[in-house]
Amino acid sequence: MKAIIKSRLFWPILVLMLILLINLFFDSSFFSMEIRNGRLTGSLIDILNRGAPLILISIGMTLVIATKGIDLSVGSVIAMSGAIGAMTVASADGTGLGPLLMAIGLSLLICTFVGGWNGLLVSRVGVQPIVATLILMVAGRGVAQLITGGQITTVYYDPYSFIGGGYLLALPFSIFIAAFVFLIAVLLTRKTALGLFIESVGSNPDASRLAGINSKNIMLMVYMFSGFCAGVGGLILSSNVMSADGNNAGLWFELDAILAVVIGGTSLMGGRFYLTGTVIGALIIQSLTTTIYSIGIPAETNLVVKALVVLIVCLLQSPEFRRKVFGFGKVKGAGEQKGKEGATLL
Amino acid sequence: MKDLLKVKGLLVLLFALLILLAACGSNEESGESSEPTDNNSEQTAADNEEETDSDTGEEENTDKAGEKLVIGFSQVGAESEWRTANTKSIQDAIKDAGHELKFSDAQQKQENQIKAIRSFITQKVDAIVFSPVVETGFETVLQEAKDAGIPVFLVDRAVDVEDDSLWVTFLGSDFIEEGRKAGNWLVEEMADEEGPVNIVELQGTVGSAPAIDRKEGFEEIIGQDEKFSIIKSQTGDFTRAKGKEVMEAFLKSDGENIDVLYAHNDDMAIGAIQAIEEYGLKPGEDITIIGVDAVRGAFEAMADGKMNVTIECNPLFGPQLVELIEQNFAGEELEKRIAVEESMYTMDQAEELLPTREY
Repeated sequence: MKAIIKSRLFWPILVLMLILLINLFFDSSFFSMEIRNGRLTGSLIDILNRGAPLILISIGMTLVIATKGIDLSVGSVIAMSGAIGAMTVASADGTGLGPLLMAIGLSLLICTFVGGWNGLLVSRVGVQPIVATLILMVAGRGVAQLITGGQITTVYYDPYSFIGGGYLLALPFSIFIAAFVFLIAVLLTRKTALGLFIESVGSNPDASRLAGINSKNIMLMVYMFSGFCAGVGGLILSSNVMSADGNNAGLWFELDAILAVVIGGTSLMGGRFYLTGTVIGALIIQSLTTTIYSIGIPAETNLVVKALVVLIVCLLQSPEFRRKVFGFGKVKGAGEQKGKEGATLL
Repeated sequence: MKDLLKVKGLLVLLFALLILLAACGSNEESGESSEPTDNNSEQTAADNEEETDSDTGEEENTDKAGEKLVIGFSQVGAESEWRTANTKSIQDAIKDAGHELKFSDAQQKQENQIKAIRSFITQKVDAIVFSPVVETGFETVLQEAKDAGIPVFLVDRAVDVEDDSLWVTFLGSDFIEEGRKAGNWLVEEMADEEGPVNIVELQGTVGSAPAIDRKEGFEEIIGQDEKFSIIKSQTGDFTRAKGKEVMEAFLKSDGENIDVLYAHNDDMAIGAIQAIEEYGLKPGEDITIIGVDAVRGAFEAMADGKMNVTIECNPLFGPQLVELIEQNFAGEELEKRIAVEESMYTMDQAEELLPTREY
């Protein structure tokens, strides 16, 4: 029992469960799923489906943060990716897959490239990550607006809708994309030495370099990966509504992604990182949004409710806070007490 | 640091000098303005005589009649097809009338808009046109414009400011009336229904005039009959993506109980239609869908039988606006509230009208 509670994932998972349970309280059919038109539907599926872009982007962000960096540009890269994707297929007709593949290829290539640009600024030029990515945060949205001419571009090319709105094996396709990228990231960082390299660069870049790790290339790589993830997320978001919106697509996503990483237990100081924690963090944020919509919280109090829950999660994450409030050593009782508190606050 | 202060001091001096020069310029202009410039010069001359004893600000305005004006236009953003059409109409009308346009996109942020208006004031434009992102918080910047003698024209959205001398006129749709129209249509359509009729509402951006007024007008009408009830109401930020996401959550929590969707704009309705289809219901049949704006996408949806009605909110009032600005500079008194002509379109008319829609 103690081992479970001590696990980094315990608190985030507990909060996620709590949020879902609160839903059950308001709507008894919240956990039920049914097959409609050969598709599995239900609120849980919705959360996974809507959360997929955030999960993807947060995975990229986790690796960047693990190297003691930060990537503020992901929101803008989302807008760029959606704009490039939608504009590529805007003039396409019929059902041929050519334009779709071209849109995906072009978006991902450019997004990886601009991620690499961030990486170059950080690793080779030595610009601080927050400044380097801030440049692209501003410029990227500008580029997206330039591509779409500042207008919302609607896509009438059906295959494009598959990325964010398609179904595979009765499940939304975006879930598979997120799961695939997550698995790749986990395999690469946990089954090879890459994860260790990233953690060591985050802890101390100079020591890592002296130990024979190519710190610069590791940094370059994580920013490229973050750009790639944002590109995929952008395609999903744009394809889901079949339009490109340079102004609003991915707005504030960077903040949600950073939040997801922090909730997941990765420190902003770099070093150790927890990909599974990040995914749970992203799911917490998405469940919260869905909860707010489905239990009928008045529109003008949305953000306050969101902030309150995030505050509670962050406080629970802090061992210092837990020790002070719940007392040292009485961890088991504290869990129950906390449960009640969370419910009344909501 | 001291050097920096010196430089700043010099800059201030330079600015003061510029302002002085500019003031001189306009005085000179007023001296020679009696010369006829074009066909409405007669009127100008007449106005000049009438207003010789009024304050200098107005005199300055009068002198600009018929001249090329520099007009600053701060738009809300490009959140919907409607807005896009509106932007284009105003931009084209200003350029076609031979005036110079300075355009600024606020991207849904008030701070951007205030910045834009301040920059218009420093650039000494002749008139400022703007659609406020939200209703409140513009007192200071409007006062600054007034102090600078620049007339402000509100378009599409109003501000909630007590002193109505801060702007010349507000040209825009009557959002409360639009809400009432939507309510009336629903009451008529559901006249034979036994009820209860469960309505879900997708609100616009929290705090914006159309969101507040369309809600108010709609509730005013449906509140008169007890069989109607709004079971869920949430903001969809006027965007397709949000409209879809929120509708998805509504469907999961209330599902088949939902009879009517009232969306504060068509783009949210279009997003919601996608969500309803994915859920496995028939939009337009299982759920009656009411939108506002009458954008092209709504006509396409109605032609496909997926949407029932859209209340027009006419964005093509650029020419009307330019006319009003010119009238103001010609010295005419304008009413504080001028409404745009609008109507309502149902599913039956959609197919016929679709090719004629400009936006």
